[in-house]
Amino acid sequence: MPTKIEKDSVTGTETTGHEWDGIKELNNPLPKWWLYVFYACVLFSAVWMVLYPSVPYLRSHFGGVLGYTQRDAVAKRLEEASGAQAQYRDQIAKLDIQAVKADADLNRFALAGGRVLFAENCAPCHQSGGTGAKGYPSLADDDWLWGGKLEDIQMTLQHGVRSTNDDDTRVSQMPRFLADGLLTMPQIQAVAQHVLSLSGLDKPNADGAKLFAEQCASCHGEQGKGMREVGAPNLTDKIWLYGGDKAVVVQSIAYSRGGVMPAWAGRLDDATIKMLALYVHALGGGE
Amino acid sequence: MNQMAPETKNRADAMLGLLAPSLYSDYVKVYPRAVSGRFRNIKWAILIACLAAYYIAPWIRWDRGPNAPDQALLLDMAGRRGYFFWIEIWPQEVYYLTGLLILGAVALFLATALFGRVWCGYTCPQTVWTDLFMLVERWIEGDRNARIKLDQQPFSFNKAWRKTAKHAVWLVIAATTGGAWIMYFQDAPTVTREIFTGDASGGTYFFFGLFTGTTYLLAGWAREQVCTYMCPWPRFQAAMQDEHTLAVTYQGWRGEARGKHKAGESWEGRGDCVDCRACVNVCPTGIDIRDGMQLECIGCGLCIDACDEIMTKVDRPQRLIDFVSIANLERRAQKQPTILKLIRSRTVIYAAMLVLVAAIMAGALLTRASWEMNVLHDRAPLYVTLSDGSLRNGYTIKLLNKTRDERTLYLTIEGIPQATMFLAGEGEAPSSRLPVTVPPDDVGDYRVFVKAPRQVIKESSTTLRFNVVDEQGRRLTGYKSTFNAPN
Ligand code: SF4
Ligand code: SF4
Repeated sequence: MPTKIEKDSVTGTETTGHEWDGIKELNNPLPKWWLYVFYACVLFSAVWMVLYPSVPYLRSHFGGVLGYTQRDAVAKRLEEASGAQAQYRDQIAKLDIQAVKADADLNRFALAGGRVLFAENCAPCHQSGGTGAKGYPSLADDDWLWGGKLEDIQMTLQHGVRSTNDDDTRVSQMPRFLADGLLTMPQIQAVAQHVLSLSGLDKPNADGAKLFAEQCASCHGEQGKGMREVGAPNLTDKIWLYGGDKAVVVQSIAYSRGGVMPAWAGRLDDATIKMLALYVHALGGGE
Repeated sequence: MNQMAPETKNRADAMLGLLAPSLYSDYVKVYPRAVSGRFRNIKWAILIACLAAYYIAPWIRWDRGPNAPDQALLLDMAGRRGYFFWIEIWPQEVYYLTGLLILGAVALFLATALFGRVWCGYTCPQTVWTDLFMLVERWIEGDRNARIKLDQQPFSFNKAWRKTAKHAVWLVIAATTGGAWIMYFQDAPTVTREIFTGDASGGTYFFFGLFTGTTYLLAGWAREQVCTYMCPWPRFQAAMQDEHTLAVTYQGWRGEARGKHKAGESWEGRGDCVDCRACVNVCPTGIDIRDGMQLECIGCGLCIDACDEIMTKVDRPQRLIDFVSIANLERRAQKQPTILKLIRSRTVIYAAMLVLVAAIMAGALLTRASWEMNVLHDRAPLYVTLSDGSLRNGYTIKLLNKTRDERTLYLTIEGIPQATMFLAGEGEAPSSRLPVTVPPDDVGDYRVFVKAPRQVIKESSTTLRFNVVDEQGRRLTGYKSTFNAPN
């Protein structure tokens, strides 16, 4: 509060009473229109406070007489968005997956949507972009346990792998050769060496080869090239789901492996599963 | 309890009395008188040129062939293109627009350093439209005295029709102005028709209304208030000025002591100013230039014209008020020859900046490529090991075709021997030369996989260059990316 109000002798304007180095500040008034705009803003905010959520209480807040919340607004927007997607999704649900791929518009929609759906549902195990991790197959490479055609992928998605709540699930069981007493540890070592030699990682082992023909070839094939009908991996390629060290291979033979994937048919609708299959197929390894 | 101590109450009253009336200033209406003369003529000429350019420009046609707008100046927001005669700008080239704004700003600095507030007085849209609105006002309500009288009159038929007519004409001009603004963003003939038939979009009507409203408000009602209170320019333009900058100045050494003068009286011992207030009456901001340099003065020079008229009448030399620099004002007062000092460090710096920015922009425009490429390496997976042990990397490639023709071009790679490419989902055999078809005036978007044998990849990250070549193998554009591998 100014202590002394004085009039400036030159301009006749009052000073604010503030003085710096002998220079006094004139109290020049604001223009009226400016002030009215300011009042209008104050009025506007008062109305706003009544209409919209404004005053915070201790535990909640005043919600405004319009009952507007951003949560509702988001829900409404989402509903609108899924309404807009319906025309595509309905068609995708109706058509055969190959027909969806053949339709450029539907395919583009499926790939764009599949990307998001994959991140939501699949990426926790298979990693983003289908990179894969130890025990969770990469979906971007050209090595498929159960088949890499569109229909194969769709089937795997629907019924899962070793899924306990789906009767049509993809299932196979590799024996636990040591634990079930089928092979001794030295025999397993020999088989492991033979398996590694198939992809040039180790020297050939005649004993191992013989045991492999007896015990393993029925699923993995005589050449070790695997068999997709039973999800038996190709052992001759450079891809190792659990790792390509001898110790890991010994472990696999001795105690078996058996990855699990849920059946998605009950959780995701048909269109969603097709979109995911198309997306996975386009990651680079689709057949 | 409920009674205020008398002293306290008095003090509060006193404080209110001191503060309340002085906090707000009433709007003092300015009634500028018509004036004629050299600066008024220049002002008319510039006004006509500016308005003509503004209203006509969107109607200039420019043939760009089929599938492209034929409007010379167009900022197509929906199509995300800017058109300036033969130049077409894409959203990522918005720096041309930025450059244009920088150019404008530096040119403004230079003009201000040399000639003072010529922008404010002659070319600023606020000035131009206010001048136009005042012209209308004078036609309908008469000159200064007639207008003052009309405003003081009680309500009458004469007053009613004149006021109504004035605001009607103002609104028509404002609507034309707002309409012309829209035309810079949409095809002019189409949007004009749509506005009248009611087919234009809500957004179009909104902006049409917005610019109509602001024109009417700012040029009709706010006028000098905009310059004095809203515009930031008057506040910092002094930073560009020095003692050699021209400014409208009342030459006090010649004018004082002012006083009334009767014909035949001697001019000895007195100044040339006859205190007729002609300069005040014509001033569009309502100030008295004789009080010295003021924030409100927009440097329009109308007071010079007004005073020259008077000086001729009383037979004294013209230019008692003049465009003159502070340095020369002093020299004239001391009867020294005046100097014209255009080349000063600040003007040289502004001019150099102007040339530099113009050169950079011209260079960028001349070397503007018709093809542009962006390559985005996949983040996940960074690389994929395939069953035969070879490595694969994924890329998203965007190819910008700024021409008007669809072209089939070839994607090639360099940096990794034996590397091959294939498009996602096409099922074609990998090759080192991949044909891609790019739609005209659009962006082609491709998922490309590059495959390389394991033994040729030595590093965890190898430089891989994508090139785009035409049928003859001429390189159109390229992009440096990387090929990733496990350590
Ligand atoms: S003082 Fe003179 S130059 Fe300045 S605004 Fe008024 S008429 Fe124009
Ligand atoms: S117009 Fe010229 S003579 Fe008249 S008051 Fe202004 S400065 Fe003085």
